[in-house]
Amino acid sequence: MIDKAVATCSEAVAPVFDGATIMFGGFGDPGVPGRLIEALRQHGATNLVVVHNGAGAGDFALGGLILDGRIRKLIASFPNNAGASAFRDRYLKGEIELELVPQGTLVERIRAAGAGLGGFYTPTAAGTELAAGKETRVINGRAYVFEAPLHADFAFIKGYRGDRLGNLAYRGAMRNFNPVMATAAKVVIAEVEELVPVGALSPEEIHTPGIFIDRVVRIDRHPRLFEPPKEGSAK
Amino acid sequence: MTLTRDGIAYRVARDLPDGSYVNLGLGIPTLVSVYLPPDREIFIHSENGILGVGPMAPRGHEDPDLVNASKEYITLLPGSSLFDHALSFTMIRGGHITHSVIGAIEVAANGDLANWRIPGQKVPGVGGAMDLAFGVPNIYVAMNHVTNKGQPKILTACTCPLTAPGCVKRIYTDMALIEVTPAGLVLREVAPGLAPSAVEEATAAPLKVADDCREMDLPLAFNGVELRR
Repeated sequence: MIDKAVATCSEAVAPVFDGATIMFGGFGDPGVPGRLIEALRQHGATNLVVVHNGAGAGDFALGGLILDGRIRKLIASFPNNAGASAFRDRYLKGEIELELVPQGTLVERIRAAGAGLGGFYTPTAAGTELAAGKETRVINGRAYVFEAPLHADFAFIKGYRGDRLGNLAYRGAMRNFNPVMATAAKVVIAEVEELVPVGALSPEEIHTPGIFIDRVVRIDRHPRLFEPPKEGSAK
Repeated sequence: MTLTRDGIAYRVARDLPDGSYVNLGLGIPTLVSVYLPPDREIFIHSENGILGVGPMAPRGHEDPDLVNASKEYITLLPGSSLFDHALSFTMIRGGHITHSVIGAIEVAANGDLANWRIPGQKVPGVGGAMDLAFGVPNIYVAMNHVTNKGQPKILTACTCPLTAPGCVKRIYTDMALIEVTPAGLVLREVAPGLAPSAVEEATAAPLKVADDCREMDLPLAFNGVELRR
């Protein structure tokens, strides 16, 4: 029998080690695995490399990890998002490294890793300072930049509903980076708001098949990522 | 007379055709959604995986899982769809999104765009700006013609780091509509009552006045919002 469900977030994040590379899903608040990241703050692993679109906000989740000095390097597209004060402070003091990647290139590098590809050529950034030092190639008369796959040791992702097999369904704009990151890490840990019996999710509604998931933990939505509307309420 | 921010957005919206798929950047471009002609079906795309973005959610009816790329709570229109980031940027980079309306720090006469890194900005961030600028066939810049300090933003060559070379097709400002052509910048329209020479003075690049250059056709106000002053 396959049972990927674990009881608590602290149990779910226990394997994370010092120096690990971790992907965090989410864009803005939707899809941020806030409970798992908060559990990682308690866990204590440090010297981490984090892959996320932004740089977190305030003292919550990624913002908190940065505030605590636990991140060595951030790989992101938009680390100057509103509220990313912890990152800003450490970056200006030279206490955190930044690898700035255009958003579409970031997700495609993750996708390439998950899909077993050795990288890809993209037109994005060709001839700009973000392509400095990178291999470029002219294909059909257009300049392209080579981008390498981006792998991770762990991915923390958030689903809305999931089952013990690791099948996940998202709601609204929660998907963003989550389904892609779920393919690209050695250990993929998902938090879900509802853990349902196998078969409760119809095959058509499963966005992330359980094959990609290693651990799933049911959580109550963090108050910072406020409550979704109740079932049946006006959308 | 010059256009207000809403006036610029109104003018851009007139040029988005029925059946277009449009990504709107921050600032003035966001306002374009308010002025879309109601007789056209136009889908608004948000990079975080939404096609068919509707109006902002009314206060008290926000869905915490539905935000746009500016992290504002939005609604969905009939026919909208939700997807992940890889598919979202397939739409952008693959040229499926037909129009991108974006702000700019500088635009050059050859269509070079600089809009991702402000001089002196300490923490850089690029987001989806480069993917849009390289991937979307119709890049329409919506911005004020000059900086807060009165300096031209349309130049012979950009001084700020480029977002993408040669990508801008049209420039909509509070003073004018300028087309970027292989032969250089062409002044197509001026704000009502403004002389082409006033636009030329505010532009630090050669500007050819089109033979059929005309005054913009837009009302003084729309739904009580001032469009020009």
